[in-house]
Amino acid sequence: MNVVNNKWIGQRTIRPDGVDKVTGRAAFAADTTMPGMIWGKVLRSPHPHARIKSINTAKAEALPGVKAVVTSRDIVDFTIEKGAVMLGIQDMRWMCRNVMARDKALFPGHPVAAVAATTEAIAAEACKLIEVDYEVLPWAIEIDDALKPDAPILHEFNKFDGKPSNIMGRIESKKGDIAQGFKDAEIVIERSFTTRPVHQGYIEPHACLISVAADGKTTIWSSSQGQFMVRAMTSMLTGIPQSDIRAIPAEIGGGFGGKTIVYLEPLATLLAKKSGRPVKMVMTREEVMRATGPTSGSKSTVKIGAKKDGTIVAAHGSFYLQAGAFPGSPIRGAVGCSFAPYDIPHVLSEGFDVCSNRSKVAAYRAPGAPIGAYAVECVLDELAEALKMDPLALRLKNAAKEGTKAAHGPVFPRIGYIETLEAAKNHPHYAAPLGKLQGRGVASGFWFNAGGESSAQVNITEDGNVVVTTGHPDIGGSRAGIANICAELLGIDYKRVSVIIGDTQTVGFSNLTGGSRVLFASSMVVTQAADKVIATLRERAAKLWEIDPEAVKWENGAAHPVSPNAGQFEPLTLADLAEKAPSQGGPIGASVQLNTQGAEGGFGTHICDVEVDVDLGIVRVIRYTAVQDVGRAVHPSYVEGQLQGGVAQGIGWALNEEYIYNKDGKVDNPGFLDYRMPVCSDLPMLDCALVEVPNPKHPQGVKGVGEVPLVPVMAAVANAVHNALGKRFYSLPMSPPKVSAVLDAPPTQQAAE
Amino acid sequence: MPKLHVTTSVNGEPVEFLCEPYETMLDALRGQLGLTGSKEGCSSGDCGACSITLDGRLVCSCLMLAAEAEGHEIRTIEGMAKGEKLHPLQQKFLEHAALQCGICTSGMLVASEALLAKNSNPTEEEVRFWLAGNLCRCTGYDKIVRAVMETAAEMRETAR
Repeated sequence: MNVVNNKWIGQRTIRPDGVDKVTGRAAFAADTTMPGMIWGKVLRSPHPHARIKSINTAKAEALPGVKAVVTSRDIVDFTIEKGAVMLGIQDMRWMCRNVMARDKALFPGHPVAAVAATTEAIAAEACKLIEVDYEVLPWAIEIDDALKPDAPILHEFNKFDGKPSNIMGRIESKKGDIAQGFKDAEIVIERSFTTRPVHQGYIEPHACLISVAADGKTTIWSSSQGQFMVRAMTSMLTGIPQSDIRAIPAEIGGGFGGKTIVYLEPLATLLAKKSGRPVKMVMTREEVMRATGPTSGSKSTVKIGAKKDGTIVAAHGSFYLQAGAFPGSPIRGAVGCSFAPYDIPHVLSEGFDVCSNRSKVAAYRAPGAPIGAYAVECVLDELAEALKMDPLALRLKNAAKEGTKAAHGPVFPRIGYIETLEAAKNHPHYAAPLGKLQGRGVASGFWFNAGGESSAQVNITEDGNVVVTTGHPDIGGSRAGIANICAELLGIDYKRVSVIIGDTQTVGFSNLTGGSRVLFASSMVVTQAADKVIATLRERAAKLWEIDPEAVKWENGAAHPVSPNAGQFEPLTLADLAEKAPSQGGPIGASVQLNTQGAEGGFGTHICDVEVDVDLGIVRVIRYTAVQDVGRAVHPSYVEGQLQGGVAQGIGWALNEEYIYNKDGKVDNPGFLDYRMPVCSDLPMLDCALVEVPNPKHPQGVKGVGEVPLVPVMAAVANAVHNALGKRFYSLPMSPPKVSAVLDAPPTQQAAE
Repeated sequence: MPKLHVTTSVNGEPVEFLCEPYETMLDALRGQLGLTGSKEGCSSGDCGACSITLDGRLVCSCLMLAAEAEGHEIRTIEGMAKGEKLHPLQQKFLEHAALQCGICTSGMLVASEALLAKNSNPTEEEVRFWLAGNLCRCTGYDKIVRAVMETAAEMRETAR
C-alpha cells in the first residue's frame, strides 16, 4: 500500500467538475456547435421485421437544403460469412447492421437511412421523401414466441441443435455433478421467473457533432462511455483510419452501460464526409426508447437443493435472455454471478441468447446479474421459509469466502461477502418493527468487476501544481476520486490537482467506462505515474543537495532528507522543484499505460421494507439499506451515490418499469410519462452501510462499486412484498395491475401463478 | 410564415431574438441565446431537465413556446449564481454530492430554488413531491433531498 496517513483518501471533497455542473456551464453532447453546422436525422423502420427490397433517396436528395443522404451502402459491411470481428464484446457484423439495416429491418426504429440538411425541419421532411420498399415479414417479440417451432427466424444462417433458430448461443458454468447433488438434497425448490426489458434511462439522449475535413481529419464531439470505443467503431464502420479521428469525450449525461456502443457517430461521420459540413445529430426521447438498447427481458428457472440444516448442496439455473435484434444478451452475467455468493458443491448454470424483433440490447449496470440474482435470491427466500431459517442465516451458512471455488471459475481471494451479511444482520434496520401490510425482504448480489486497459499522465505545471489526464469518461464522480488519490500521494492540497479526461489523440488508449472498472484501473495507472513523478522529484532534490536519491524522502508535498544523517537541508516543495525544473533536467511528468489486473468481484446485501396499498395494488418502498463491500471508499459520497443510484434503478425495475408492446409489435410507451422510472416522491431515503475489505491487489485497496448495487434489488423488493402479503410474485414488474390481480385472485389461482 | 420577433428579459437582462412560431423556449434558449444550461431530456415535460422560471413560476421550457416569452421575465440556471458567488443551493449540491452525471442538475436547482421561494421550511415529503417533476437516474434523490433541506435550514438561519 502506498498510502500511509490518508489526508485526502476518504474525504468528501468537492468534485473537480462540480462548479461547471451546478452553473450550467458543463458541455454535454448536445451543447456544442461548429461553424457551418447542419443537422442530421434518421429514417427508421416502422416494421418489426421486414425485408428491404429497395430504397430510393432521389426525392429526398432533391429537396432544397438537403446536403447528404446515407444508407447501408455507405457503411462498411462486415459480412456474416467472414466470421466474427470483435471489438471488445461487440461483433462488428452486428454493429454494422444495427447502426443501419442492410437486407432486413429487424425492429421498429431500426435505422434505414439518414439525411443531413440545413435545418432539423428540412432533414425531417427529407426523411419522409425517402421511398423504402418493404416486404413485411412475420415477427416475434417475446421469448416464447421466438422459441416456437414455427417462429419467424431473424437470422436465417443461424442453427441451434441443427435447426434454424433464434437461439444464438448457449453458455454454461459447471461445478461438480448436479444429478448427484440433487440426490443428496433433503429439500428441493424449483421456480420459474420472468422479467421485462428495462431501459437504462439516462436523461441525456444520444447526441454527437462531427466534422470531417477534406483531408479526412475527423473530429467527433459526443458523449459516450468510451471515446476510444467511439473512435474504433466509427473507424471500422466508415473506413477512416483511427489516427485521423479525434474523439472528444463530452460530459456524459448518464450511461449505465447504454452508451458503450455507437448509434449516431458513424452516420453523422458519413453525412459530414459527404456534405463537407459539420453534422449534428440528437436523438429524441422516443428514438432513445425505440432504438437504443434496453437490457434483456428474461425467462429463468432456478432449482436449489439443500439439507435440512440449510446446507445448500446443489443448484441449477437456466436463464433465457432476450438479445433483441442481434446476438449478445448478457447471459455471462446471469450465468456467472447468480450463484457466486454461495459455496455450493454442485452447480450448473446455463444461459441462452435469444434474438427477437426488439432493439438490440445494450449493457445495463452489472449486465445479466440482476436478472439471475432475482431468480436465485427469491428461491433462497422460499428455501429459508421452508426450513424456518432466518434468510440472512441461510446465506451466512452457505456464504462464499476466501478459498471458495466459484462455479464460473475463480477461487475467491479475501472477499467481504460474509461481512456484508453480518453488517446487515446487525443493522438496526433488520430489527426494526413493521406495521400492518408492511414486509421486509433481503437479498444479496455479486458482480465480477473489471480491470483492463487504462492510461494516465501526471504533469507538474510550471507553478508547481498538478494536472492529471485520464482516458475514461467520468459519469459518477471518478475525477473526484482520482484527485483525492493524487493529492494523497503527492502530499499536496486537493485543490492543486486538476483532473481532466483526455481525447483519443491526447491520452493513451483507455478502455470503456464500464464493468465498475474506472476508479480501480485509473487509480492504478495514476498511482504508478505519481510514483514516477515522486522519484523524479527526489532525484532532483538529491542532485541539488548533492546527496544520494535514496537519502531523500517525499513527504507533505516536499523533498526532505530521510534523516539528519543524510544532511541538513531546507525542504524543497513541489513549487520549488517546478521552478527549478528548466535548469535541472526539464519538465516533470510521467505517463503510464497498463492492462490492469487484480479487479476482484464485489458483493452486496440489501434490506428492503415495503408497504402495500391493497386497494390500489401499489407497492411502496418505505425503508432501504444497501450494505456493500466497497474495498476502499476513496470518496465516500460518490460511493454512496453509486449504491443509492443502483437501488433506485432496481426499485424501478421491480415495481414499474417495462417495455409495453402493442399488437403491431411496437413499443407503446416510448417516453418518460408511460415508461415509469422512479421519481423523487416514489422513494424513501436510501441508507448505505459501507464495508471496507481492501482489495489486496490494488495500491489503495479499491474495488469496483458501481454495478453490485443493482444486483440484489429486485429480489429484495419481491421478498419484502411476500413478507407483507404472504404471496409470491414470479414476474416483474410488480406493478399495480399485477399486484391487484394477484390480490383479487381466488387462492387456487394464486397457487398456479 | 416570417419569424417572430420576441422582446423579453433573461436573467435580468433585456433580450431580443427571432424564432419560428413552433419553436419552444428551450429551443430559443439553447439555440439563439446560447444558454445550454437548460437541458432537453424528453421534450414532453416529463423530465424537468429544462426547468426555468417565467415571472417566478416554475415551468418546463420545452412545453412553452418561445414567442410566449414576449414581455415576461425568464430566469435560467445561468442566472442563479451571482458572479463567482454560488447560490446556497448550488453550494450545498456540491457539498452533498447531490449530482453524479449532472444532466438533471440545472433543472433540479431551478426547481429547488422555486420551491424555497414559496416555502422556506419544506418537509421531506414536500421536497419530494415538488421535485417529482425532475427525473434523476443517477442519485436515487437521497442526496438531492438532503441538500435542499439543509439549504432551506441554512437560509432560514441567515434570514433571521
